[in-house]
Amino acid sequence: MKRNRRNQRRSQNHWAEVLRRKFSPLTFLQRHAQVALDSLGRLYRNSVTSLMTAAVIGIALAMPSGLYLLLENLDRLSGAWKGQASLSVFLKHDVTETRARDLVERVSAWPEVASVELITPQQALEEFSARSGFADLLATLDENPLPVVLLVQPDTAHTAPEAASELRQRFSLLPETDLAQLDLQWVQRLAAILDTARRGILIISAVLALAVLLVIGNTIRLEIQNRREEILVTKLIGATNAFVRRPFLYSGIWYGLLGGLIAWLLVETGFWLLSAPVASLAGLYQSDFSLQTLPFLLWWLLAGGGILLGLLGSWLAVGRHLDAIEPQ
Amino acid sequence: MIRFDNVSKRYPGGHEALSNISFHMEKGAMAFMTGHSGAGKSTLLKLVALIERASRGQLFLDGQNVTRISRRRIPYLRRKIGFIFQDHHLLFDRTVYDNVALPLIIAGYRHQEVGRRVRAALDKVGLLDKERLYPITLSGGEQQRVGIARAVVNKPLLLLADEPTGNLDPELSREIMALFAQFNIVGVSVLIASHDIPLIQELDYPVLELDHGRLAHSGAGAA
Repeated sequence: MKRNRRNQRRSQNHWAEVLRRKFSPLTFLQRHAQVALDSLGRLYRNSVTSLMTAAVIGIALAMPSGLYLLLENLDRLSGAWKGQASLSVFLKHDVTETRARDLVERVSAWPEVASVELITPQQALEEFSARSGFADLLATLDENPLPVVLLVQPDTAHTAPEAASELRQRFSLLPETDLAQLDLQWVQRLAAILDTARRGILIISAVLALAVLLVIGNTIRLEIQNRREEILVTKLIGATNAFVRRPFLYSGIWYGLLGGLIAWLLVETGFWLLSAPVASLAGLYQSDFSLQTLPFLLWWLLAGGGILLGLLGSWLAVGRHLDAIEPQ
Repeated sequence: MIRFDNVSKRYPGGHEALSNISFHMEKGAMAFMTGHSGAGKSTLLKLVALIERASRGQLFLDGQNVTRISRRRIPYLRRKIGFIFQDHHLLFDRTVYDNVALPLIIAGYRHQEVGRRVRAALDKVGLLDKERLYPITLSGGEQQRVGIARAVVNKPLLLLADEPTGNLDPELSREIMALFAQFNIVGVSVLIASHDIPLIQELDYPVLELDHGRLAHSGAGAA
């Protein structure tokens, strides 16, 4: 009995000692840093295989981010056109040109209005006959059927769809107005196309993220198989599953980070190759438009996304395969 | 330290490797376990190491009933035990130092503490000058001693050895056994499975003899 109690005390001391050594935060960090470096060293020792895996991940990450960037650039370009969205105000037939000129002066003073151009029925008819090729037919008309039209350019603060349609409302309430029309339709169509493309990229991203998960999972699975003996021995001498898991999770993180880096390089290179032709194309349109590459935030998102996918992929592989390796 | 209460182990398929084993090995004791191959020596060690679970009966380690212990707690129990294998299970891609340090790293010891303990363990087995070498460059006896250093570096309460001298000549075997005796003197419980009868008879320790899964004979003190 006495002996038993002494034994128990010894055992407790043993555990107290283990606990004291175990829960030092510095030691914990040291261990993690060491495992992380070990995993990196392993990747380096098999650099060709590791690089190929990382390249697959890089390409899979580069595709959606490259497409996304192209789309953002297109959006920026269409944003520049949105500023040109204008309002056509058709005046009633009984409104004379003089009255129309008064109106122009009045509405020019509105703060929402940047400029107003008056198109007389005569001008409109001339333009129409010149452009449509119906000149002969139009010449047979007794009187000009076209009304006076005001081409209103909204102030830059009022080019957004809601503000512009409020302005349209204001114009349509004028007694002289027959019809006020917002020339926004094509901009809206473009926006819809961009939205569709954006959704498509989201789907592609999801599929490619899944591919990255599988690639990393498979790589880690092979690594687990190669280190089977080591896993068995460490488990036999008291390694927890967390301890055994750790180097593989760090491998996954490194693969993801490396993949993110490669993706960034690919996107930057691709855009660099595109920048010259785009500049010359923009030059033809008298535009100083230039491609914008990855903003800083997105680059972090790419690296972080890579790391997250790497961690998740290796977690899945480790969860599936590590538990199966138990000492026999 | 180890107590078996009517323990049986039946493998799937019906083969009963151990039948109704009962014995108690006191803390601080040292004992041998013998028997023909297939007698159940390895199975008994696997039960103690919690690699296998008993089909029937109760198993106590260090006063704790471990018969139905949860899988999550097994690693912590194994850290109280030092294992020595016949084929020593060293990791050949690491130096002697790193092999011996492994249990300490698993247990989360501080860097300085790891160095101190690894050198103490290597010193004890007489391999202090080989810490930077890889196990592949060592002789069989030296590799076995690295295995022993790894088993004792964590100051375990119990040493389990499965045929530790199986591949060694009598001279080396005697040295290895002397090493175990030294650890026993400082309070470590030691259980050695071996069929090296002449060597066992030379040494004066209790013997558990297994015969077809039954405890046929147990020497003084162990039962």
